[in-house]
Amino acid sequence: MLTANSLRRVAIIGGCRIPFARANTAYAEASNQDMLTAALQGLVDRHKLHGERLGEVVAGAVLKHSRDFNLTRESVLSTTLDHATPAYDVQQACGTGLEAALLVANKIALGQIEVGIAGGVDTTSDAPIAINERLRKVLMKANRGKTTGQKLAALAAIRPRMLMKPELPRNSEPRTKLSMGEHCELMAKRWNIARAAQDELACASHRNLAATYARGFFTDLMVPFRGLTRDNNLRPDLSMEKLAALKPAFDKHGGTLTAGNSTPLTDGAAVVLLATEDWARAHNLPILAYLRAGETAAVDFVNGDEGLLMAPAYAVPRLLEKLGIMLQDFDFYEIHEAFAAQVLCTLAAWEDAGYARDRLKLDTPPGPIDRTKLNVAGSSLGTGHPFAATGGRILATLAKLLAEKGKGRGLISICAAGGQGVVAVVER
Amino acid sequence: MMARDRYLAFANSPFGKKLTGAIGLPQPTPLERFAPGRPDLLGPVIVGAAQGGRLAAPLAELLAAAPVATLFHGEYAGWTDIAAQHRLMTGRFDAKSSGTVGSAVFDATGIADPDDLAAIYRFFHDTIRSIARNGRILVLGTPPEDAPNLAGRIAQRALEGIVRSLGKEAQHNIAAQLLYVAPGAEGAANSSLRFFLSPRSAYVSGQVVRIGKPVAQDTDGYDSHAPHAGRTVLVTGAARGIGAAIAEVFARDGAKVICLDVPQSTADLLALAQRIGGERLTLDITAPEAPKTIVEDAMARGGYDVVVHNAGITRDKTIANMTPDAWNIVMNVNLVSALRITEALLDADALKPNGRVVCVSSIAGNAGNLGQTNYAASKAGVIGMVQGFAPVLAARGATINAVAPGFIETQMTNAIPLTIREAGRRMNAMAQGGQPVDVAETISWFADPASVGLNGNVVRVCGQSLIGA
Ligand SMILES: NC(=O)c1ccc[n+]([C@@H]2O[C@H](COP(=O)([O-])OP(=O)(O)OC[C@H]3O[C@@H](n4cnc5c(N)ncnc54)[C@H](O)[C@@H]3O)[C@@H](O)[C@H]2O)c1
Repeated sequence: MLTANSLRRVAIIGGCRIPFARANTAYAEASNQDMLTAALQGLVDRHKLHGERLGEVVAGAVLKHSRDFNLTRESVLSTTLDHATPAYDVQQACGTGLEAALLVANKIALGQIEVGIAGGVDTTSDAPIAINERLRKVLMKANRGKTTGQKLAALAAIRPRMLMKPELPRNSEPRTKLSMGEHCELMAKRWNIARAAQDELACASHRNLAATYARGFFTDLMVPFRGLTRDNNLRPDLSMEKLAALKPAFDKHGGTLTAGNSTPLTDGAAVVLLATEDWARAHNLPILAYLRAGETAAVDFVNGDEGLLMAPAYAVPRLLEKLGIMLQDFDFYEIHEAFAAQVLCTLAAWEDAGYARDRLKLDTPPGPIDRTKLNVAGSSLGTGHPFAATGGRILATLAKLLAEKGKGRGLISICAAGGQGVVAVVER
Repeated sequence: MMARDRYLAFANSPFGKKLTGAIGLPQPTPLERFAPGRPDLLGPVIVGAAQGGRLAAPLAELLAAAPVATLFHGEYAGWTDIAAQHRLMTGRFDAKSSGTVGSAVFDATGIADPDDLAAIYRFFHDTIRSIARNGRILVLGTPPEDAPNLAGRIAQRALEGIVRSLGKEAQHNIAAQLLYVAPGAEGAANSSLRFFLSPRSAYVSGQVVRIGKPVAQDTDGYDSHAPHAGRTVLVTGAARGIGAAIAEVFARDGAKVICLDVPQSTADLLALAQRIGGERLTLDITAPEAPKTIVEDAMARGGYDVVVHNAGITRDKTIANMTPDAWNIVMNVNLVSALRITEALLDADALKPNGRVVCVSSIAGNAGNLGQTNYAASKAGVIGMVQGFAPVLAARGATINAVAPGFIETQMTNAIPLTIREAGRRMNAMAQGGQPVDVAETISWFADPASVGLNGNVVRVCGQSLIGA
């Protein structure tokens, strides 16, 4: 595998995303391919990669039409990159974007490629709607029929009900049939996360995001798309009073998760450019930061009495141990806000001695973090969360924060469906 | 009281919309105008340029200050570097995925040959359908007389035809202008770029503006949101109509306004001055001692920064039927008194450094009009006055320019017989009359302390009227 004599540092050169849009708003008519292409072309334009043959482009989408089987490659073919640039799709639920970056980074580190793009895209406005399962079986049978008679006989089995009941993609766990919000509600109860604490985190996310827009931070990390120049989920004037007025969304009686402290369904795309230091130098492109290491964990939320979105709580201590650093040795913490409660449960778990001993198998808990370093540029509660695009958004944001600071270290933590979590460390 | 455009209101009622659409009548929609608190610039902005353009930096500077996001036409990939330097958001324009935009700007200053004009064709061919209602088209050129050779001169002159046609084609209240920026005057373009990309220029379309060598250094501590802060402005004929709107706009943008009008209008003048925190100056500008009185007022205030010659009257008759009085009074009010007052102020050094004189002409001054030999003579004379005075004022670090309103909804136009009035209102690219504020905003732009490169211009505020164009 190893084509280089030693491991090479992986530089983050830049990122590009389109503004994120709440489902069925500005991007209602846009496809995954439209959005991914726009983000890719923006990255290519900014870094003058026209006609460049890159090592690879890796991206994915959680909700995908079957015609998009080669989504990333098709998107590359719509850009001004050299069309001899290979591409492939990956999918690891909300971890897709960051996992894609780890895949590209590993190949760069090992010497297999010099430069690559990683990212993701999602739309819930243009989601694939599958036909009714019984109707699908009938159609497949008709398709297998050798004679017209056989085909017609098979089709005669179609009933109007089958046409009226298409299968919509659902944001729920196949094994528990619970939605992600319902799962997170259970976690909030297990960790006693107060409603007010969740609302405060949501408020801070919008406030930080608005301030970060106001200082022009995102101008070179985004391209306008379909009339948007900033995320349309952002509410700069959001207040605790407004959030307090919202009703529980997943548990009508005694629930604490609301539409305000949970991410809405969102459309968007984000990509990042990764390369060796030599490649960056040869192309006269400044380096924002380095992708140091990544870790992916999974938990048994079906039989194992663990919360669906708790995998990052395991992944982070494992990675810290490998790197020989403490949870407190960071200047920035980027914890993806699928739900405010997810972030707060993770932080609570890291402070809990019993949990550390019994679950994480640690003598001492990772401990508390300095909350003023958490999601300082806003996160998913403000931007919205197009599943596979979130990793690219966070990675580029963190890299630029570190570049601004000049020196430092940042942690990324992203929870994903199926009880998974992808985390990474970025340094400069 | 402002005259109302009943057809405009009807055509925008639910029933009226249906009916006018069904029978093919014009369907004008009210122009979107500036109001404090609303965005200053109409974004996002699609940018394009021919090789060798000179205005990328001033444009990027303006858009970054707003801030407004930009999209670049595929042939203008160099914009990404300029945008990055100015911390300006940008992305490649794509007709399918970019959505609608507020404005499209093409920097044609580098066009050196008629063959190169195809670049501007391609730019607008690709982008025009993406410009939103009430949007803006702006083409930036090099004054033909400043082009280095014959081919350049011809190509630059051709821009006028393109822009005037775009103004007529774009529809939906989209305004189109051509800004000729002389080499070396790029730094003086800011206030004009801002005006023509903003809702303030709502009723100005199909105009050609020249920005030349700056007459003064741009003033320090200047705030584009209150450009007239701390300045003293004289407005003649301020009691009503366009004059009252001028006074209001200057006051809104920070000025102390001296509202001048005849004794008969004292009540209106008093109310206006109170409303805007201004002063009154009650006199007839044709009176022999008027220039002297005005100079005294100016000196008592340490001089005027801006003088707006707005007072004007009509006494319409065909020349055969016109009395000598009707000839004389129109010439005196509209032209001669403005000339005398300007001369007196200059003689007394009562116009402050970086001062501004703005005159009000009329499209009748270009086009002439049946029954208006006197009026058209006076308004054409105003154009002569502006052009003649321009070098004199430049030598003092000041400027003089004129607006030429088309059909503006005021008591003056309300006095026109209905059928003629209706024709005047609709015969322009916006299919409606302008409001006094449209003229006022244009005057305020000429008077802006940053408009140091505008001198000797006549800009029509006429919705690109067919008359006299
Ligand atoms: N309304 C239009 O469509 C239109 C079109 C083209 C040009 N204009 C020009 O715009 C200017 C303002 O027009 P308006 O429509 O507001 O007219 P208006 O008649 O409503 O107002 C003109 C004002 O000037 C004042 N005035 C007249 N003679 C004066 C004098 N001798 N001394 C001092 N003040 C005097 C009047 O009292 C009045 O308040 C005029 O110069 C007019 O020619 C108007």
